Amino acid sequence: MHMSEKNNVVEIKNLTKFYGNNKALDNISFGVENGEIMGFLGPNGAGKSTTMNIICGCVSPSSGNVTVGGFDILENPKEVKKRIGYLPEIPPLYLDMTVNEYLNFVYDLKKVPFDREEHLQSVMERVQIYDKKNRLIKNLSKGYKQRVGLAQALVGDPEVLILDEPTVGLDPRQIIEIRNVIKTLGKNRTVILSTHILQEIEAVCDSATIIANGKIVANGTLDEICKSAGGKDEFIIGIIGDSQTAYNVLSSMPNVRRCDISKKEDNVTEFVVEQLSDADILASLTSEMAKNNLAIASLRSVNPTLEEVFIKLTNTDALPLNGGEVESDDSSI
Amino acid sequence: MIAVFKKELKNYFISPIGYIFVAVFTFFASMFFSGGILASRKADISLMFSDINIIYLFLAALLTMRLLSEEKNKKTDQLLLSSPVSITGIVVGKYLAAMAVFGVTMLISLVYPWIMFKYGEPALSEVIGSYIGFILLWGAFISVGIFISSLTESQVISGVFTFASLLLIYFISWFEVSIENTLIREIIGWLSLLGRYGEFQAGILNIENVIYYLSFIFVFLFLTVRVIDRRRYS
Repeated sequence: MHMSEKNNVVEIKNLTKFYGNNKALDNISFGVENGEIMGFLGPNGAGKSTTMNIICGCVSPSSGNVTVGGFDILENPKEVKKRIGYLPEIPPLYLDMTVNEYLNFVYDLKKVPFDREEHLQSVMERVQIYDKKNRLIKNLSKGYKQRVGLAQALVGDPEVLILDEPTVGLDPRQIIEIRNVIKTLGKNRTVILSTHILQEIEAVCDSATIIANGKIVANGTLDEICKSAGGKDEFIIGIIGDSQTAYNVLSSMPNVRRCDISKKEDNVTEFVVEQLSDADILASLTSEMAKNNLAIASLRSVNPTLEEVFIKLTNTDALPLNGGEVESDDSSI
Repeated sequence: MIAVFKKELKNYFISPIGYIFVAVFTFFASMFFSGGILASRKADISLMFSDINIIYLFLAALLTMRLLSEEKNKKTDQLLLSSPVSITGIVVGKYLAAMAVFGVTMLISLVYPWIMFKYGEPALSEVIGSYIGFILLWGAFISVGIFISSLTESQVISGVFTFASLLLIYFISWFEVSIENTLIREIIGWLSLLGRYGEFQAGILNIENVIYYLSFIFVFLFLTVRVIDRRRYS
């Protein structure tokens, strides 16, 4: 614990995992701060589930170590497991049990110190399944099964929640509901959430770690990741009025490093403006334009979206292959 | 361990397996009791326990086939492995649950010696010996079954292989006599669970035999724990 400068609850160091000769994880390291919701992002097969399984003790690493709350998963597995609630990719449900029976079993299994009735009721209420507590799990819809899985992870009130693709296979309304539940849960605990859906990260997470082919390719807050990948602070500004005047005004503004005309259409001229890093030309842009009888028609940042960053960072051989599959699908129809 | 035990025991009686097991077991035990003991008027409980061993082998496979294979198949093992329970706790909990279901049938079967004592004069030592021996024998059957169910994800494969393995153990004493090499004969003799069962039926409680069965059970439960632990590294 004393080594981590930041207040990291989960610390992963030099983790490597081989399945036979196949290297699923290649020396990855990252930390998750206390109280943050971290998105764990990567294409299918990148190593997300493997990493999560290792943190939870279901899979053992080939080398490297994982600590949760200062305890090592290999040396002190029980202490680690007490602090973790895990929802695997396929919720580990016993379909023949009712929701209530199932959660009671999990309560016994995790040796929870709180009052049974009270605690289980609060867990069920948090994921809104209290009214389904006497139903057999096999008769529940997929969305409700997912919630029971989430409830299972919440039993014992663990400080760290690890959720492996919690919204896969749900309909859009259920997705939004589950995301809201996760957001609420994340207010007073640490959450690691894996997904390959980018909107999910943007909607729910404070920070993200991107993994591709078993390697970490980006790590930080969403802004940091977007900047580090595109990183140029460019804007595209459309201006109505005399293009020459506009050019002169823009290029003479302080903090502007570069200004080019990108295209001209009717009376709108588009400029690509690059500002010095950490400057903010937008504050004075409107007044400068107004002074010179120019109007701003459009303004957008060229910083790449998370989507573009993701594609760029994870673009190996997976993408063209994907395109090929789509084509063959078409021809078969 | 207690949580796993309770869950498994409950599961036997949520699913039909527990009922089928108890019903079939009791049915055949009754059949052999009335056919073998009542009809021949011999107050010898060992007749009941020995004649139906092949059916028992089948029932043992039925009882253990899903114990660990289904957890793996349905991925519910991830819940167990990510909970603060040791693998030994999981395996022993499941083992004891299967033994408990078997125990239910043993309790029901006490009705036969009761009838025998009421209408005849069986040797008490033979009855007690038969029961102790039979419970130890079953302890060994179930330990083999749970070990095999840890090796596969399929209940069917687990069931078939358990039955086949128990059948091999059952018949192995036949081969034993025809083997010349002393070492191999000793090893096969060790695996022959039934070889030592006879003494119990005769009412002889040999501590060496008790230790033999207990160590047989220990070895297979230990191997089961190792299989599950090892799989995390594969």
